Amino acid sequence: MSLSRISNLTILNACGDEGLYFSVGPFIVCLHTSIPSVIEGVALLYGDYPIAETSAFADYHITLQATAGVRRWYRPQVNFLFDGYKPFKPLPLSQSMPSFEWGLNWCIANNAHQYLIIHAAVVEKNGRAVILPAPPGSGKSTLCAALVNRGWRLFSDELALISMKNGNLVPIPRPVNLKNDSIEIIKSFAPDAVFSQKVRDTNKGTVSLMKAPGESAQRSTEVARAAWVVFPSYLAGADATLTSKPKAQACMALAQNAFNYNVLGAQGFKVLSSVVDASDCYEFGYSQLDEAIEVFDGLAASV
Amino acid sequence: MIAKPCLLTQVLVKPERCLELSLREWDLVIRQARRALLLSRLASSVNESIHGLIPDLVVPHLLASKCLADKQLHIIKYEVDRIQEAFQSLDAPVVVLKGGAYVVSGLPPVHGRLFSDIDILVHKKSLDRVEEVMSSHGWMVTHVDAYDEHYYREWMHELPPMKHVRRGVVVDIHHTILPETACFHPDPKKLMADIQLVSGYENVYTLSDIDMVLHSATHLFFEGELEHGLRDLVDLDALLRHFSKDEGFWDQLVERAAEMDLMRPLYYALRYTQQMLQTPVPDVAMKASEAIGKPPAALAWLMDALFRRALMPDHPSCDDAFTPLARWVLYIRSHYLRMPFHLLIPHLVRKAIKKRFSPTQADVSKLEEN
Repeated sequence: MSLSRISNLTILNACGDEGLYFSVGPFIVCLHTSIPSVIEGVALLYGDYPIAETSAFADYHITLQATAGVRRWYRPQVNFLFDGYKPFKPLPLSQSMPSFEWGLNWCIANNAHQYLIIHAAVVEKNGRAVILPAPPGSGKSTLCAALVNRGWRLFSDELALISMKNGNLVPIPRPVNLKNDSIEIIKSFAPDAVFSQKVRDTNKGTVSLMKAPGESAQRSTEVARAAWVVFPSYLAGADATLTSKPKAQACMALAQNAFNYNVLGAQGFKVLSSVVDASDCYEFGYSQLDEAIEVFDGLAASV
Repeated sequence: MIAKPCLLTQVLVKPERCLELSLREWDLVIRQARRALLLSRLASSVNESIHGLIPDLVVPHLLASKCLADKQLHIIKYEVDRIQEAFQSLDAPVVVLKGGAYVVSGLPPVHGRLFSDIDILVHKKSLDRVEEVMSSHGWMVTHVDAYDEHYYREWMHELPPMKHVRRGVVVDIHHTILPETACFHPDPKKLMADIQLVSGYENVYTLSDIDMVLHSATHLFFEGELEHGLRDLVDLDALLRHFSKDEGFWDQLVERAAEMDLMRPLYYALRYTQQMLQTPVPDVAMKASEAIGKPPAALAWLMDALFRRALMPDHPSCDDAFTPLARWVLYIRSHYLRMPFHLLIPHLVRKAIKKRFSPTQADVSKLEEN
């Protein structure tokens, strides 16, 4: 199967009237924009993604638009529109590309109830996936970025999609959202990785998006089963330690980190508990990425 | 002047059209339905047995929206039970209005319906005690400043919305169905005299069948923000189709509308359900509602031009050049109908200023807090 890939040219053509239709994991996104930083960002970060096979249907129609009015001259802003609807306050124009990422997360979390959606990173090796749920600040994205630069396949750094039909984890490999110190840490950890320009002064501080490894993007239709649920926390100076976590606690903690657990009712509980039942659950404290990788590779090597 | 019918209303009227839709048409109909809060309604009218016959890309949207609607239905039932509990120490009935009423009575609008809050009606004299028991059961008046308090309590027909501190569900407590300052005055005592106990409950009531229809119509055609107007029109259509099986329904409906000073909203309800959703309204009923409820010719023409635009899904594909103006005029109209001019102008100015300086939208970067 030959997939046509997104190129600068297709983006420039498509971001005109028709919009750019591309596949991100299980979803087709149609993007409309004429903002240069978004066009460059998509070309840089989504270059390995297949253009959607059809331009007749999209799951999410998204527009990023510079706001009108006098403010555009002294404080330009960007609006995120979900098919004409503005769910958010406008942000400074410089944050257009991160807005696309955050806004698309919002669209998925609020609409795609065919999945149980957990706020977690997911990576996979040898057909077995690890779910890394965590609140912001726990170093989840940093750890995820490190793992996918050392042979793990990226499913997502933000949204674990668990099929309500069969409990499979479904990849949605998008750029990894790194914040503040993590950016330089990952840049020196993985000098070959591709990064977007830093965007300063966002609500999360300085952010930069790391391009998903090409292989992850190309294999985005290959699902996997969860084998581990690991709750990471970055602890300055700590040795990497994996501590077993009782399954009931892990289940509750996953439910708390889920976006739509309350929407899915009894069926959601069933799917979540079957994922936990099939997984080994751990707390994981770490400070050094190399040590962390060793621990995860150890898990992957175990039978 | 007649706006072209949108794809969504065509499919709602004739669900079997689903089988003929191209992928591009599905894309459009899903988008229109989502904006109109009718995606789950559409999903519930597409039997799961024919999911195999519609495109694979479409099915997840139907299932997901159905899931959300099922959950909301569950929540509304649960909350009505809690309100009934709260009322136990009161000698007052819980009269559930609109969406909540359709849920407890299992009426057809309930299929795939989405809800924003629960509306209940109480006697004006019990308002203070109702507020007290609701507070003691966890519902609090939230996000209201002194001006809003004044607005609700003095001029409107309800208490400021009460939100449950833990569960977040909002209850609107009305003491009549139109504001005190409005130009029509349906007598709330007459409504309360005809309430019916819902089977399976001890103290939960709905309005009579006829009054439910009239209230739905009144609410829709006095409402100013019609972004979800089509959803309410779909409710009306479902109610009319359902109750019209009862002998004498149409005569009673017209009679009661005359008695309650609600002929105008009834006229609009029958006209636009028939035009947009092909509701089978008998000629006699239509003529009778026209005889008393139809506005003078020029106004009728204008209202047609406004409602036919504003009742469409609030989606760019359904807009023409005049749609934004129509929505704006109806917004001003709704306030004008609710309040006399000397109150209205300062109120709208204040609202406009407040809106400008206190945006209520969420922050896009804080996904985890939504």
